[in-house]
Amino acid sequence: MTTHAVPPPGFGRRLATWLHRHPRLQLGTLLAGPVGWLVIAYLGSLAILLLNAFWTTDSFSGRVVPTFTLESFQTLLTVEVYRTIALRTLGMAVAVTLTDILLAFPIAYYMARVASRGTRGFLVVAVLMPLWGSYLVKVYAWRVILQGNGLLDWALEPFGLSGPGLNQVANSWVVLSYLWLPYMILPIYAGLERIPGSLLEASSDLGAKAGTTFRRVIVPLVLPAVVAGSIFTFSLTLGDYITPTMVSHTKFIGNVIYDNSSLGSLPLAAAFSFVPIIVMVAYLLIARRLGAFESL
Amino acid sequence: MLESGWVRIGLRIMTGVTLAFIYLPLVVLAVYAFNASRSQVWPPAGLSLRWFAEAATSGSVLEALGTSIVAAAGATAIALVLGTALALAVQRYRFFGRETISFLVILPIALPGVVTGIALAATFKTIGIRFGLPTIIIGHATFCVVIAYNNVLARLRRLPRSAEEASADLGADTWQTFRRITLPMMRTALLSGGLLAFALSFDEVIVTNFTAGPGTETIPLWILSAIQRPNELPVVNVVALFLILLSVIPVYLAQRIGAETATVTR
Repeated sequence: MTTHAVPPPGFGRRLATWLHRHPRLQLGTLLAGPVGWLVIAYLGSLAILLLNAFWTTDSFSGRVVPTFTLESFQTLLTVEVYRTIALRTLGMAVAVTLTDILLAFPIAYYMARVASRGTRGFLVVAVLMPLWGSYLVKVYAWRVILQGNGLLDWALEPFGLSGPGLNQVANSWVVLSYLWLPYMILPIYAGLERIPGSLLEASSDLGAKAGTTFRRVIVPLVLPAVVAGSIFTFSLTLGDYITPTMVSHTKFIGNVIYDNSSLGSLPLAAAFSFVPIIVMVAYLLIARRLGAFESL
Repeated sequence: MLESGWVRIGLRIMTGVTLAFIYLPLVVLAVYAFNASRSQVWPPAGLSLRWFAEAATSGSVLEALGTSIVAAAGATAIALVLGTALALAVQRYRFFGRETISFLVILPIALPGVVTGIALAATFKTIGIRFGLPTIIIGHATFCVVIAYNNVLARLRRLPRSAEEASADLGADTWQTFRRITLPMMRTALLSGGLLAFALSFDEVIVTNFTAGPGTETIPLWILSAIQRPNELPVVNVVALFLILLSVIPVYLAQRIGAETATVTR
């Protein structure tokens, strides 16, 4: 029997063997970076923000004073304008989400079940492309269209009408629905595509009319996808403070937070950010129960 | 066939209208980029290419473009490393808190950007970190991790473990198996995840506005401030057109990667 001279294993190899024998340590190495980042950089920041909500600002210097107080929450609850802004923002998030569901369903349905293979590929790309960037460009485009003497004024002029200008809340509704529409189309399309045709045939074989099949088979099956899409439309609307200022002179929760973060009261901004945080965490927990995370 | 003729015609019309709705504003902006006059009246009085030259030689535009590229590259690199490590851990191991982590990782993208933005800004201010490019990168990386994580996790779920086991049986150590087997099999997932993360970071403005501080401008921040100055609007139009055209690149690449993945898995 011949024996080959095996070179002594190098450091890397020995480390690899050692790690292989200690899978927990391997796991620890993998988790250290990402969990450290998420917990320290992200949750840590959120914690500091939430702490700030219970602090106050020195009325003289404007600096944050770390003494416990519920002052900011009191201000939010008692000052009428903050309540109006909170309700306006939540109402807008609901309106934009519903609008996007209504707009997304027909095109998603067409893509998934009517269009030919080639058309479908083209449509997927056409819907996908606006998702790849230029959020601000799109808001700006709407500003250019809506402003006085813009495209809309020009198009309405023959009818003796003029555009809404840049100070209507409805502008925000149209533009936000426009911005987040692809986030709704794509999950619904994917959800519709996953429904096997045999299920629909079975439904009609059993005597259901098209409307009944749609209501009792298709809608329940795409519901998780709709919820997945609505996470985006809802959350993105709740947090937007640029669109409202650019296309309509109205304040949303995001505007109050942003305006107070640098010049006004950081504690007030921090307290107000509780609203979108609580709403979104509740939304996510419900969405997870509805199985929406698999459709993300 | 479930859908009757009328329903199909209706769907086709609505699809066309929706597509027109999606693209009309972009077309309008594209036309304005060639507008000869400074005023934003529709229809434009004449056409001209003069703003293109002005945009291409504008120092602040080029500087902002450079900042955006560096920020996006940095955030993408961090996101790929952290996202891949996390996806490997979640997919390959069973451990306490696994469910919590998969919830935690989507929080930065599921919570409104304004919350992430002010949380980071408050933290930087509290611990005294100076605002600038590094703080922009930290902010972007936080929500880009989930993009890389999702892409890699989806790939790992479909990968057979047998190739890695065979590699180990043949005497390769952990590094060799990772470098020669696991990494090549994840390559397209890393590419498409990285591409998406890059695009997301390049375009981000809601969080960036909080974490940039004075003196550092990305392209979206440049647009945001230039919009306030009426005589800069023609250049904004050109930059906007440039960004619209730029978004074709990742879509094209993503389709190519998608096509490649499709053939690999078959």
